[in-house]
Amino acid sequence: MSETEKTGTSRRAFLRAGLAAGGAAAAAGMARGQGAPDPLITEVQPWASEFGDAVDATPYGMPIRFESHVVRRNVEWLTESPVSSINFTPIHALEGTITPQGCAFERHHSGAIELSKQDYRLMINGLVDQPLVFTYEDLMRFPRQITTAFCECAANGGMEWGGAQLEGCQFTQGMIHNMEYTGIPLRALLEEAGVKPEGKWVYAEGADASSNGRSMPLEKAMDDVLVAFFANGEALRKEHGYPVRLVVPGFEGNMWVKWLRRIAVYDQAVESREETSKYTDLMPDGRARKWTWVMDAKSVITSPSPQAPIRHGKGPLVITGLAWSGHGKIDRVDVSLDGGVNWQTARLSGDVKSKALTRFHLDIDWDGSEMLLQSRAIDETGYVQPTKDALRASRGRNNVYHNNGIQTWWVRADGEVENVEVA
Amino acid sequence: MSKSLKLLATLAAIGLATPAMAERTGLGRPALPEEIAAWDVAVLPDGTGLPEGSGDVFTGDEVFADKCASCHGDFAEGIDSWPVLAGGQGTLKHARPVKTIGSYWPYLSTVFDYVHRSMPFGSAQTVSADEAYAITAFLLYSNGLVEDDFELSSANFTDIALPNAEGFYADDRAEAEYPQFSAEACMSDCLPGVKVTKRAVDLNVTPEDPDGKPAGTLPDLRMAQADGDAAAQSDTAEATAETAPEAAPEAEAAAETAATDPALIEAGEKVYKKCKACHKIGQGAKNGTGPQLNGIVGRAAGAAEGFKYSKPLQEKAAEGLIWDEAALDAFLADPKGYLPKTRMSFAGLKKAEDRAAIIAYLAAIDG
Repeated sequence: MSETEKTGTSRRAFLRAGLAAGGAAAAAGMARGQGAPDPLITEVQPWASEFGDAVDATPYGMPIRFESHVVRRNVEWLTESPVSSINFTPIHALEGTITPQGCAFERHHSGAIELSKQDYRLMINGLVDQPLVFTYEDLMRFPRQITTAFCECAANGGMEWGGAQLEGCQFTQGMIHNMEYTGIPLRALLEEAGVKPEGKWVYAEGADASSNGRSMPLEKAMDDVLVAFFANGEALRKEHGYPVRLVVPGFEGNMWVKWLRRIAVYDQAVESREETSKYTDLMPDGRARKWTWVMDAKSVITSPSPQAPIRHGKGPLVITGLAWSGHGKIDRVDVSLDGGVNWQTARLSGDVKSKALTRFHLDIDWDGSEMLLQSRAIDETGYVQPTKDALRASRGRNNVYHNNGIQTWWVRADGEVENVEVA
Repeated sequence: MSKSLKLLATLAAIGLATPAMAERTGLGRPALPEEIAAWDVAVLPDGTGLPEGSGDVFTGDEVFADKCASCHGDFAEGIDSWPVLAGGQGTLKHARPVKTIGSYWPYLSTVFDYVHRSMPFGSAQTVSADEAYAITAFLLYSNGLVEDDFELSSANFTDIALPNAEGFYADDRAEAEYPQFSAEACMSDCLPGVKVTKRAVDLNVTPEDPDGKPAGTLPDLRMAQADGDAAAQSDTAEATAETAPEAAPEAEAAAETAATDPALIEAGEKVYKKCKACHKIGQGAKNGTGPQLNGIVGRAAGAAEGFKYSKPLQEKAAEGLIWDEAALDAFLADPKGYLPKTRMSFAGLKKAEDRAAIIAYLAAIDG
């Protein structure tokens, strides 16, 4: 034991001495062509000699403590109460496309409730032949389907309408997650109840105290909407609507009703609070767009970014980011290193799925000079992600929702990164 | 959609009727009328779903003061950042539009529906149909849309049109924006040159890590960061532990007894969820909608600096009320009974064990 402590201490002492001697530059140089042998290699480390954790140490594992910075974060000044608020996915620290449930952003209107499978009921009523009630077990007996989809809050980037405001894509683009859902098509339940010919709208309502409810056209409800109970292979988390939520691919997150308790068919939209006073887009003429459900194509470079500065100096650099479109598949992502003057096409890594996050990479040889990094998504409809100024020219400055403008990161020569706007 | 349409076409072609698609599984059971009545309370713009009932402005004023004003203000003007419900007419083109029921909301049905189904915040579905009519009538009055003798009912409800009823139009991005945003993307020499016009650092509103960097900044892998962090964390923990005993003598004896039961404190923490939307507690807690509660057990009433207490509470404070365990227990059991006209819109904790738990929790938190 004392030997372990000794090696541990000596390792820290060595690293600290190295830093004290020559600062970060010296430390960076150590990996390559250093004079003294690396004690991490030449000395037997405790993990190479002693036991690690037993198999039953963590029946359900959490990330190792070294990843403790990879967590959802709240911006306290945004809202008056944390039970009607939002937090942000640490997209700057994630790779690939699937968002782990434990760090996928949360938006509640009255807090995340605990609702058990045994206590769960789903009602379908309104303009149907037979109003029905389903238990959780009933739902599990319908044929299942798997869908991967992004869920983006309509207000993602809303704080940036007036100009660059928050340092880090977690805060500027982090109201998004992407999961693989298993559930049953909403269509199956509607067909079970039998939609009457005059039924044109489907209203979904949650079981929590806010009873958040949203209307969608019957056409969407019969298309790709899922009544989901699994995400990323396991039960939904409480904060994401356990045991059952709605998955509405391509549409704004507020419509993905959690703790789904009622589906109602009407001949008109309900015009609930969340689809009138909120989630509508105030335009310069004082009128407002409503029913702006689809999330337009958007992308962001997740690293480098303000929370993920470049520390390794010049040379090979991985630029990585996310792109998505509520209209379908991402067709292409371009990256600019000079604030939008010149563009080059990035690599789409992995499978490109419709209405799901797509990962892009661009590998460059950084010369160590300043960069104004931007990414621009183009989806299969040919829509090109606009600049923020182009959006403002169309919608004015009183919009809050649906900010899909191009993000600019100012990378300094020392590798630090700032959220800026350019013109 | 296209897939199912194709399938339908195929089925039709081979002579199968569409019912094959809609074949029912028989899963689920018929919803009973009582169940539908309990859950389907949504009210639509044309009045669909409106319950029988009525309420006038005068009653609405009283109910609003009792159940809504602690967040929305006595005149629906909104306290702190809670929603403003009145005023704002004519501001929708301004740089800072005020979106209220009178200035922005298109339908009165939405007001009634939301009040009846989702409010008050933290005590949803405790407003009766008559109270919802009365509150809605009061909100119309607050917005200058009806006189003070107005009574709203299921009979005259759909006669009322809100000022901004015509202020909304369906999503037109497909025509208004998509053509413009679907031009061929420029690849080189797209701009004459750019310069930085806005910097987020100038606003300085990003949550920060202790080192001043944006919260969540990735650790520097060239340093023994993980060990350093662990050391820093245990340092903080020790520091907290060290200061704790100093604070203890100031606490009430009662608090100390309660503090010896961790299970009770834990239970109290759960009960406190009902309070924390309005009341902050712990290190650095500030006044919110309600006063901060650090050291509340044994504290003099009305003593949170900078908090604007209601008149009845100020009177109690002047009489020398101390929030000892007994006083807190009585207040929390029936806030409105113990302190008539208190601005705290909380129904109270009926269970004695909940009250005991929360008092233990409040006493245990060291601000």
